[in-house]
Amino acid sequence: MEAILSVSGLRKEYDGAAAVDGISFAVRPGEIVGLLGPNGAGKTTTIGMILGVLAPSAGEIRAVPRERASFAAVYAPLPGNLTVAENLRVFGLLYGVRGLSARIEELLVRFDLGRFRDVKAGLLSSGEQSRLGLAKAMLNEPSLLLLDEPTASLDPATARDVRAQIKDYAARGAAGVLWTSHNMAEVAEVCARVLFLSRGRILLEGDPRELPARHGKRDLEDLFVAVAREPLSL
Amino acid sequence: MSLRRLFAVVLRQFYLIRGSLARLLPIFAWVLVDVVLWGFLARYLNSVSGSGFSFTGTLLGAVLLWDFFTRVMNGVTTAFFEDVWTHNFLNFFASPLRVSEYVAGLIVASTATSAIGLAGMLALARLAFGFSFAAYGALFVPFLLVLFLFGIAMGTAATAMVLRLGPASEWLVWPIPALVAPFAGVFYPLSVLPRWMRAVARVLPPAYVFEGLRALLLGGKVPPHALAAGAALAAVDLLLSAWLFAAVYRSAVRSGLLMRYSAESVS
Repeated sequence: MEAILSVSGLRKEYDGAAAVDGISFAVRPGEIVGLLGPNGAGKTTTIGMILGVLAPSAGEIRAVPRERASFAAVYAPLPGNLTVAENLRVFGLLYGVRGLSARIEELLVRFDLGRFRDVKAGLLSSGEQSRLGLAKAMLNEPSLLLLDEPTASLDPATARDVRAQIKDYAARGAAGVLWTSHNMAEVAEVCARVLFLSRGRILLEGDPRELPARHGKRDLEDLFVAVAREPLSL
Repeated sequence: MSLRRLFAVVLRQFYLIRGSLARLLPIFAWVLVDVVLWGFLARYLNSVSGSGFSFTGTLLGAVLLWDFFTRVMNGVTTAFFEDVWTHNFLNFFASPLRVSEYVAGLIVASTATSAIGLAGMLALARLAFGFSFAAYGALFVPFLLVLFLFGIAMGTAATAMVLRLGPASEWLVWPIPALVAPFAGVFYPLSVLPRWMRAVARVLPPAYVFEGLRALLLGGKVPPHALAAGAALAAVDLLLSAWLFAAVYRSAVRSGLLMRYSAESVS
């Protein structure tokens, strides 16, 4: 099956130091791939290059057109001075969503935002803002979905709902998803495959349910700690 | 260029203004204050000079035209600042929106708010002081056109500067009209300026407008080639500012500045 996202030899340097150092991977339709690693490992830099807001120093990115991609990230809240409905309309127009009014109504219900329709986004709680960001990301029914810690601000019940929705969306073969998270239980539940980044390189890759045992670790969290503290031991 | 995406940028500005008295008021407030202040000053000078020379046309008219330029420039920069203040660059530029569509959207939004402001100040100037741009005959059209183009150019260049230097450089933008005004000869003929200031004025499109305005009101003729030179300079400035914004944007994508703009603003 042809990849929705294919990254080859991707590198980003700042003043000669590599933030991302020649990574290669692919995301196929229906697949949720976890991009894991400690702070500063290069996850957000990688996502920025895929989004086209950061130019690579080297390498190649092959992805669906921007109209068919989308993203949600905790560091990119929607404008707080527009209401929920206004935000969704503006971004729906940018992404060329057909039947926009009906799509907005559907997403307001799906992400439990109906009662906030006319509330300024800046007045929402962080969890509600995260749900709005996810609603925006789903506006165009993307083929490629980039999610940078999408459940970081959500309560456990809402986080579970969101995970289920995105898993269901990917399972329908509608999209490939690249998902970053520091919640290893979530990653183990959601991702079919994970990439562990350390110092800009992919250190480990595989099934999150098998990887820990393969490296003599109890679970994914222990493996994460090992990647963060003793990457040379792996 | 997608008109739908351009419309989205304009719609965002419309939503902001519609829902906020603090944004709606400045479209009218400062220009109305200027009309009142300079209108009464012109009336006073008319009464004490006894020369028959109309200060209303030169002073009040010049203020109205200068306010129009300022309004156009600030219309572009303020619309851009809305995205700075809300850390919206990542959301916008990760979408299919192109830089040209974004800048065009800012310009359309500024044009709309400037036109509304212009209508308001003309109405007050006519009602309170009996002044109308009709005093300039058909020349008010090229006068406005040159100032409009220069306002868009200065606004676009100022946004490029803020994109390059960061949000704090916003404070360098607001004084720009006040810095340009002495060289543009808004209230006096360029002949009173020292040679070096006249040299600067020659490359400023508004200088041709205000020289023309005074020549017209003093009964002389406005040399068509002078206004054409002003218009040509404004058009060149506009092209240069568009190139500058695109170059700064490309540089911000290369250097990571565009991403850091969001990440650092949040932190």
